Formats: sequence, structure tokens, C-alpha cells
Amino acid sequence: MGDTNPSVSAVALDTWVDELRASSDEAVARLHALLLGAARFEVRRRASSLPQVAQAELDELAHEAATDAAVSVLRRLDDFRGESQFTTWAYKFALLEAATKVRRRAWRDREVVLDPDAWAQLAQLAPGPDASAEHSAFVRAVGDGIRDALTPRQRLVLVALTVDGVPIDVLAERLGSNRNALYKTLHDARSRLRAHLTELGDLGDAP
Amino acid sequence: MTSSEALLRLLGDDGTPFDCDACFAELDRFVELELAGAAADERVRGLRKHLAACPACAEEYESLRALVELEEGS
Repeated sequence: MGDTNPSVSAVALDTWVDELRASSDEAVARLHALLLGAARFEVRRRASSLPQVAQAELDELAHEAATDAAVSVLRRLDDFRGESQFTTWAYKFALLEAATKVRRRAWRDREVVLDPDAWAQLAQLAPGPDASAEHSAFVRAVGDGIRDALTPRQRLVLVALTVDGVPIDVLAERLGSNRNALYKTLHDARSRLRAHLTELGDLGDAP
Repeated sequence: MTSSEALLRLLGDDGTPFDCDACFAELDRFVELELAGAAADERVRGLRKHLAACPACAEEYESLRALVELEEGS
């Protein structure tokens, strides 16, 4: 790719992008092939999370990811500012689509139990080897903060993502939301919880 | 997992205003800067902290970096 690949010179890349803007069939087919390669790369990397899924279905996932990524790339061509190689810019769309599809497939048959009180599990875990004497009190303060300082939505998102380990794309799908909105909720929940603990003077030795 | 590790995952770091959309917008530039040995963290401030706080974005960063490295090596 780029400077390292003489078959794809900067001029050829510019021409390719121009042809994509003009919706040339050949250019779009070439884009799809590029994205399919990236999607297959990602599906292979994540295949261990889908041990029960046949190769044919994995390849189908990669194809779907490449198709969805091509739609996104073509819709957002004007966002490409040339600050990276076009291929690197385009790859990230295929990787995003493929990673999301693999995570959702891995959780397709798993029930996502949204239990905002699951944070109580924390108190059952053994402290780490470096935990201080105040550690148990801190764990209790975190639990109190989750219960008292967060909105129900913040509590649900924080616990699902960080305690139950539900992937953010899977949670977004189940809640009819999107990754970015959930990340913002997570960020706000953490900020509010930290502020609550700071107010109580409990954050100094965290965790 | 110990309760210390669980707390780290729950509380994250000090927080960053960098969200997933902002991360996605800068990811390709960040990876190329990093692979070129340039000061990626200085030129794309906040992205590394976001990766530490967001496992999904971190996975996609690792994949993009691996893919570009593979291409550069081929």
C-alpha cells in the first residue's frame, strides 16, 4: 500500500478516489475487494470467539461487513482529508463493521441480563495482592456511589459494560442505542462516581 | 479477577472527552503516525486514553495497526 507498494502510487490513489466519487463500477468493485480483504482479516483474528460457527458463515460475515463498509466509505468520501493513506482510512470501516458483527454473533444466543445491582459481586471478589487495609471500605463506597450517585440508565450501562463484560456494540443493539451514545453515558457515569468518591474523600487510594 | 482489577475496569482512568466517534475519525492517522515513529500521542491527544477506556475501540486499533504493518511488510 501507499509508498511501500509501487503498484498503488499516490497518483493512482488520487485517481481511484476521483473514480469512486464518480461512482465508477470498476472503482467500487476494487474498493469492495479491498474491504473484503480487511474484513476477512478481522474475522480471522476474532474467530476464536466463535468456535461453534462454520467457516462458510464466517465468510458470509466478512462479506456482509465489506458491503456495509463500502456503503459507509462511499457516503463519507468527503471526510477523507488525505491525512493518511486512503487504504488505511478505508480499512478502518471494514474492521469496525467486521468486529461489530463478530461481537454480535458471539452474543446472539446469549441472554444479556441487565441487572444494575450486579456491582454487588465486587464485594465477593478477593482483593488484589496490593490492596490496602482500606480496600474493603473503598469497595463498599463504590457500591454506595453506584446506588446513590448515578441515574438508573448510568447504573445499567456502567454495570453491564464494566462488571458484566457485555461488549458495547451488543449492549447498544439490545438497548436500541449506538456505541458512541453508550460510551458517553459510561463516561458520565464514571465521572459522577469519581466525583462522589472524591467528595467523600475515598478516591485518594483508589482502587 | 481480583476486586482491585474489577474496580479499575469499573472506574476507568480520570476520564477523557474523546468519544468513540472522535476515536474513529482519527484512528487511521494515529496508527500511521505511530508506525512511522512520529509523536502520535502528542499529535492526536486523548486517543490513547480513550483506547484504555474502550475495549471495542482498542480491538479495532490493534487490528488496524496489525493490518497496516502486515501490508507494509509485504
